[in-house]
Amino acid sequence: MAISQMVGASIKRREDPRLVTGTGSYVDDLPQTALVHMHVVRSSEAHARILGIETGRAKEADGVVAILTGKDLKPEFGAPLPVTVCFVPDKKYPNHYPMAIDKVHYVGEPVAIVLASSRAAAEDAGERIEVKYQSLPAVVDIEKAIEAGAPVLHEELGSNLSYDVKFAAGDIEAAFKEAEITIKQRLIQQRLIPIAIEPRGVLADYKTFSNKLTVWSSTQIPHFVKVWLAVILGISESNVRVVAPEVGGGFGSKIRVYPEEILTALASRRLGRPVKWIEDRNENVKATHHGRDQIWDVEIAAKKDGTVLGIRPTQWLNLGGYCSQFGTFQVLGMLVAQGAYKMKAFDGRSVGVFTNTTPTDAYRGAGRPEATYLIERVMDLVARETGIDPVEIRRKNFVRAEDQPFTTLLGLTYDSGDYTITLDKALEMVDYAALRREQAEKRKQGTYIGIGLCTYIEICGLGPAAATQAATGVSLWGMSVVNLHFTGKATVIIGSSPHGQGHETTYAQVASDVLGIPVEDIDVQHGDTAIGPMGMDTYGSRSTALDGNAVHISAMKVQEKARKIAAHLLEAAEGDVVYENGKAFVKGTPSKAVTIQEIAMAAFQTNRLPKGMEGGLEATTFFDPSNFVWPFGAHICVVEVDGETGATKILRYVAVDDCGTRINPMVVDGQLHGGIAQGIGQALFEEGVYDEAGQLRTGSLVDYLIPTASDLPSFELAATFTPSPVNPLGTKGIGEAGTIASTPAVMNAIVDALQPFGVRDVAMPATPQKLWQLMHRNGGTTR
Amino acid sequence: MIPAAFDYVVPRTLPEAVAELVKHGQEAKVLAGGHSLIPLMKLRLSTPSFLVDIGRVGNLTYIREEDGHVAIGALTSHHDIEFSELLKNKLPLLTSAASQIGDPQVRNRGTIGGAAAHADPFGDFPACLLALDAEFKAVGPRGERSIAARDFFVDTFTSSLEPNEILREIRIPTPPPGSRGTYLKFSRRSQDWAIVAVAAQVRVTGHEVTQVAVGLTGMGSRPIRASGVEQALRGKAGHDDELRAAAERAVDGTDPQQDLNGSPDYRRHLAQVLTRRALEQITAHH
Ligand SMILES: Cc1cc2nc3c(=O)[nH]c(=O)nc-3n(C[C@H](O)[C@H](O)[C@H](O)COP(=O)(O)OP(=O)(O)OC[C@H]3O[C@@H](n4cnc5c(N)ncnc54)[C@H](O)[C@@H]3O)c2cc1C
Repeated sequence: MAISQMVGASIKRREDPRLVTGTGSYVDDLPQTALVHMHVVRSSEAHARILGIETGRAKEADGVVAILTGKDLKPEFGAPLPVTVCFVPDKKYPNHYPMAIDKVHYVGEPVAIVLASSRAAAEDAGERIEVKYQSLPAVVDIEKAIEAGAPVLHEELGSNLSYDVKFAAGDIEAAFKEAEITIKQRLIQQRLIPIAIEPRGVLADYKTFSNKLTVWSSTQIPHFVKVWLAVILGISESNVRVVAPEVGGGFGSKIRVYPEEILTALASRRLGRPVKWIEDRNENVKATHHGRDQIWDVEIAAKKDGTVLGIRPTQWLNLGGYCSQFGTFQVLGMLVAQGAYKMKAFDGRSVGVFTNTTPTDAYRGAGRPEATYLIERVMDLVARETGIDPVEIRRKNFVRAEDQPFTTLLGLTYDSGDYTITLDKALEMVDYAALRREQAEKRKQGTYIGIGLCTYIEICGLGPAAATQAATGVSLWGMSVVNLHFTGKATVIIGSSPHGQGHETTYAQVASDVLGIPVEDIDVQHGDTAIGPMGMDTYGSRSTALDGNAVHISAMKVQEKARKIAAHLLEAAEGDVVYENGKAFVKGTPSKAVTIQEIAMAAFQTNRLPKGMEGGLEATTFFDPSNFVWPFGAHICVVEVDGETGATKILRYVAVDDCGTRINPMVVDGQLHGGIAQGIGQALFEEGVYDEAGQLRTGSLVDYLIPTASDLPSFELAATFTPSPVNPLGTKGIGEAGTIASTPAVMNAIVDALQPFGVRDVAMPATPQKLWQLMHRNGGTTR
Repeated sequence: MIPAAFDYVVPRTLPEAVAELVKHGQEAKVLAGGHSLIPLMKLRLSTPSFLVDIGRVGNLTYIREEDGHVAIGALTSHHDIEFSELLKNKLPLLTSAASQIGDPQVRNRGTIGGAAAHADPFGDFPACLLALDAEFKAVGPRGERSIAARDFFVDTFTSSLEPNEILREIRIPTPPPGSRGTYLKFSRRSQDWAIVAVAAQVRVTGHEVTQVAVGLTGMGSRPIRASGVEQALRGKAGHDDELRAAAERAVDGTDPQQDLNGSPDYRRHLAQVLTRRALEQITAHH
């Protein structure tokens, strides 16, 4: 048994020194000679037929190497961009090529590429390209898009409806018959624009005579990009290498095979020169997929004592101009909308609709923030209707510890969790009773304080492979290689592709404990398809539950082989030898030990190996757990709303999260800080807005407001520990928890603050103007 | 987001700079801190083919008091204004406004001359300079002239400077002792542009409001002097109900726009609330 020392230690992230000193290499920092720069000319129209593209004047511009349109490249698109099953196998969707050919469907869709000797020359030439459009009526709104007579984006599909599917279980009619209280509410999940600090970027280098393609991309999924580059370009997959160098944030916005990855590669193949494209912010807000943009209509059946009997949610999803690769992943929200609660019936319906907007896809939480917002608002609506405290409503309906492993109506099984422990701790931290008294006092003085709760559960892990194969069309598992060098140092190769999560640090901690090698002597490599087997990359808070545990298992395999070699060196029976802290010895005689350094060396010396044993000290693991992991927690937000201006101030933010074993608590806290901030962004600031003609009105960071440090309170964090039973480390996920929990906590607090004005719901984001209007619609009178 | 091609000169004196502007006519633009001009150029909303960088023209960075005025060189940065002891004592309205502009990077680079010349109706200095009856000294091919604040701000992004004129100095009459000022800015995030902001300078002598000047940001296509408020309050004792009544008149003569941050109604409401709060804050010290 290794003594756990590094797991649980808040050591500093080894990634940070290079990142904070600006010496990390993002795509744009990579050295390349003979480089050609690509500029993408994008549609200025939301919906139009392309009548012609006049490139003559642009071709004559200084520095231009080539100009290519969709028509030019069409013969080289071996397949359309991929679309995965993602819970909706029978959806309708159009072929989506990397560049528009006859028609454009959203502002920002690529229509031509300019290849030139410099970025500036490419942009200058781009201005000289004239695209002749025949404008068509556009539709940006979900409900309008499925009205009769709406402009149809993809004629071949007949309408803008992609799918209309049911997810139901239990007797919903009976639930409503039994109900003493029924509530109807519309909840808005506004469109969000993921703003990774580093926009996307691609450098593609096709070597003409060896037919080898290397692509460096700011992506979360280098392994999947490799597969699709091979398919779309018709190159042997073994000749394609994809590298994700430093990636400056993703939040789901980089988990797609993007047009520009294909276009740079095709251009490089044509020109025989490396081609680079770096997305600027102007493009980023239109060309990188958006998140959310859903309407949830819910009907609730409850009893006067606060028992929720059943819910009937309808999720209307705006897919944008095409079905993105994981464009239906957000339907996961429906599958997990039962949350931390028991009920008798669930009657869900998800409807996906095309509109003339940037395609939507995964964005931090992808479905789970929507689900949590729904169910946590439902709990508060029931609390309001029954007059029972929101805390008591939650306790009444919670899945109990003794119900675990609990199976939901839709058939998902939670792995573990007692949801009262995080709630109790959070209530204690805010001193809930005192807060409620203060709120009542202040209301009398015309000061509006609100207290909002969110007791979330979250599905993370993505495997098990069989379950993800059935649901999403992809088998997802964890992958690792642990490889010991001659001198007893280790290289760990992982299948996840971190871009801010700190795997280089935390996975070294995992391997260090098993092998007894100092963390400094363990290098963790990732994000390069050439260094190891197929990995399943990073998204959905899956990495540590899958790849982190795969590291543990590979290290255990190495340890086992090391023990066998040690037994040989010690001339002892295998069964008598134990391995501890990097040393192997015969049980009871630790003074006569062989170190991992000696064992590693022996592993490469045939005269010191046991007879018949293969050389080397290395193990590979594809880890397939028996279930998903289900972290949970309780967040409490306290706000004050200015009765005169509608401005919201967050007074306190308390979060108690249980993600099982915490390998590095500081990294966990970091994930929570960023996540909570992002969720607050949705609640208070962010909204992607289109005008009726499909022009993006929030096309810059002056209009699309992301939260900054000075707009946020100091977060008060705490944790409980319920190890997951489905993986050896007992870890769950934490990458998205903050985002998932904070949006409903803040919104519940705001609605609570405005209770004296009879406000029952506030559409996000809770802008000062909106709150002012809500408070003053009856001339500002309170009840 | 790369600007269209342009040429660039760095003159060392004002006459040289003016000569360059004259030579290149409408094609030329003055470059100061670049924090309004460069973003416009990167979006290719502005495509000057010639930039005259006045950053190295000497003697344009100063804050000093002379003959009853505070004189501020056009190249003085927002940061220098924010931390000026002289201004903290004599014109806290300006230090207060400066501290609320953008973020530290913007305040380090942006200049008061550029902020004035840019004439953004949502910029923070214009309403202050209007309320403070500033005077703008501009140098052009025909020598120097002086422009009063009420004539300086003409329309959205339009000042009364000629294309070949350079703003050299901003002069503000030193407020008499006891006069106090503050800038209240309402925005969605701490570092955003104002939805509405109020610049107020008030003097209460004994039991009488002897001076009141209020400028509004974001209430029209240029900064607006809230003369209704001023009229209502001048000569009054400054009681709460008087402040409230005066603040109601912050909407007089305004023409706020509709945008993603606020409707005209909401802006009018904010102007009233902020004006009242500003007046209360200033007179509370009394
Ligand atoms: C992220 C960001 C946030 C910001 N937030 C705010 C904010 O909250 N509030 C606010 O008020 N401002 C804000 N600004 C604008 C900032 O204050 C600018 O610095 C200022 O508006 C212009 O000053 P500048 O020196 O940068 O001028 P420049 O950008 O160099 O020039 C602006 C214009 O003025 C002309 N010009 C400049 N100097 C002179 C001169 N001496 N004579 C004649 N013409 C001249 C130029 O030709 C140009 O047309 C922000 C800017 C950024 C980038």
